[in-house]
Amino acid sequence: MLKQIEGSRAVAEAVALCRPEVICAYPISPQTHIVEGLGEMVKTGELAPCEFINVESEFAAMSVAIGSSAAGARAYTATASQGLLFMAEAVFNAAGLGLPIVMTVANRAIGAPINIWNDHTDSMSQRDCGWIQLFAETNQEALDLHIQAFRLAEALSLPVMVCMDGFILTHAYERVDMPSQEQVDAFLPPFNPRQVLDPAKPVSMGAMVGPEAFMEVRYLEHTRQMRALELIPGWAEEFHQAFGRNSGGLTRNYRTEDAETIVVALGSVVGTIKDTVDAMREKGERIGVLGISCFRPWPAAAVREALKHAKRVVVVEKCLAVGVGGIVAANVRASFSGHPDVVYTVIAGLGGRSITRDSLARVFASAGHGTLAPLTFLDLDHGLVERALARERLTPHSGPVAEGLLRDVGVVAAKIR
Amino acid sequence: MFQIRIHGRGGQGVVTAAEMLSVAAFLEGRYALAFPSFGSERMGAPVVAYCRLDDREIRLREPILAPDAVIIQDPTLLHQVDVFGGLLPRGYILINTSRTFGELGLAEFVRGFSPERLFTVPATEIAMKRIGRPVPNAALLGAFAAATELISLESVGKAVREKFPARIAEANILAAADAYHHVRREAQARQHAQAD
Repeated sequence: MLKQIEGSRAVAEAVALCRPEVICAYPISPQTHIVEGLGEMVKTGELAPCEFINVESEFAAMSVAIGSSAAGARAYTATASQGLLFMAEAVFNAAGLGLPIVMTVANRAIGAPINIWNDHTDSMSQRDCGWIQLFAETNQEALDLHIQAFRLAEALSLPVMVCMDGFILTHAYERVDMPSQEQVDAFLPPFNPRQVLDPAKPVSMGAMVGPEAFMEVRYLEHTRQMRALELIPGWAEEFHQAFGRNSGGLTRNYRTEDAETIVVALGSVVGTIKDTVDAMREKGERIGVLGISCFRPWPAAAVREALKHAKRVVVVEKCLAVGVGGIVAANVRASFSGHPDVVYTVIAGLGGRSITRDSLARVFASAGHGTLAPLTFLDLDHGLVERALARERLTPHSGPVAEGLLRDVGVVAAKIR
Repeated sequence: MFQIRIHGRGGQGVVTAAEMLSVAAFLEGRYALAFPSFGSERMGAPVVAYCRLDDREIRLREPILAPDAVIIQDPTLLHQVDVFGGLLPRGYILINTSRTFGELGLAEFVRGFSPERLFTVPATEIAMKRIGRPVPNAALLGAFAAATELISLESVGKAVREKFPARIAEANILAAADAYHHVRREAQARQHAQAD
């Protein structure tokens, strides 16, 4: 059924269609409207049987999800930003225990300085924790990915993080096609757990494992993630057959067939890049974009295949590995050796900085001319940076960096960008 | 694609206006994308919301930098925010005020725009009369429907009903209708003046 609704609402309805039995969430910022919507559905009885547990922190949210999942319940939670960091220890535990929890991360920046806006730093910080990470380009894909995520998680006994851009998607009203309960039930069988805590048949889960077997535990975790690479394309295809649209999968090509320049990106910015690509194609540029839908496990073979004829690759990413550069770019480089010749990293949209077609077209064009720096910060205000550096040179007591920059910027209310 | 930028202050329903506009367009079979300019929400702070309309899927997520229409919910923003930034020469301007463009000191500025696409409407006064609260968003959507003829007043009403409980919705629909007819009358008066 077609609906014009907010992204968070669309995801809440989709999660409800997946018949979760336990939803636990810390309701204070940073949080999304997703759990608010689900909380209402549980309260009205629209979503039943389901227990909504208001916990005292994000750490507790993931801990309750772990307990519920271990007891055989289909468990769901959502968080963002600092909330994800606060639950980090339990996030690793969920993966190490092999519990098929599904969590939405409404991607946001991480402080300090305080910033509530969108980028990918939160989920990127947890990229190696053993969860599968899927990235949504649109709200339609976000809701579809949740339906796929429960199936994927439960089949592999691995937790799945569905990453969707905070605000840009969560707060956007756009058209979505909401599937019926019958469609979702047909695609997603009831949870049949591999391991269950049952008082009648007691077992230990998460006990100490020493050097004699710890490596093997991790190896099996890795093997399961690698298995996901084989299964995800088939499930995306099955989803396509059942629901009539393409969502998920490992990667998505757009006009890459004859492209000399291929842009690689994750999340909602892929849409803006597609429009940029179309405009540049009209001017005769051979450019395309590769969207990464599945970031963990990393689809190295699919990336290699998609990029094999490209002369240059421009990775646009919303996270900075401080002291290194790009995280996605490093993964792209590791996917092949020697070819293509050049991989550029463009750090963009940090802390909610707008990513515009004009700015993207400019960096893509300079990549084509060979003038783009290997590591570029899209629309960085160099003047502002210079003033801060000059201040630091002038006195050892130049004060807090962020506040100094803000004073230089002045009033921001007058800016649209 | 037709792009609308809505300026107002926290508490005036700016974001809701963009959302309702997208719903109205959706109900008429179009694609629509509404999103706010995100910030720490607080009463009275300048707020911007965006709405794109198209006949095909909208992929663009950048803020609206070159709008086809600007709706200004609070005229005190005229001197604080670059509300007309990037507005296309054939763009629509709709300002919530009981004054004229001349009285607002905008006569010189609007000279480059199409006069038949410039409208003021006393949406807050209408809202106070119909709703009893200074929330001009639904009224401005009614005015927008009359000014651009891109969406019908009926669709605005349906969108308002999706967003608000029945009693509040009906009051807002009356406000939207008042503002719609205000703009229609103004447009007709201009046509007659031209004909003379």
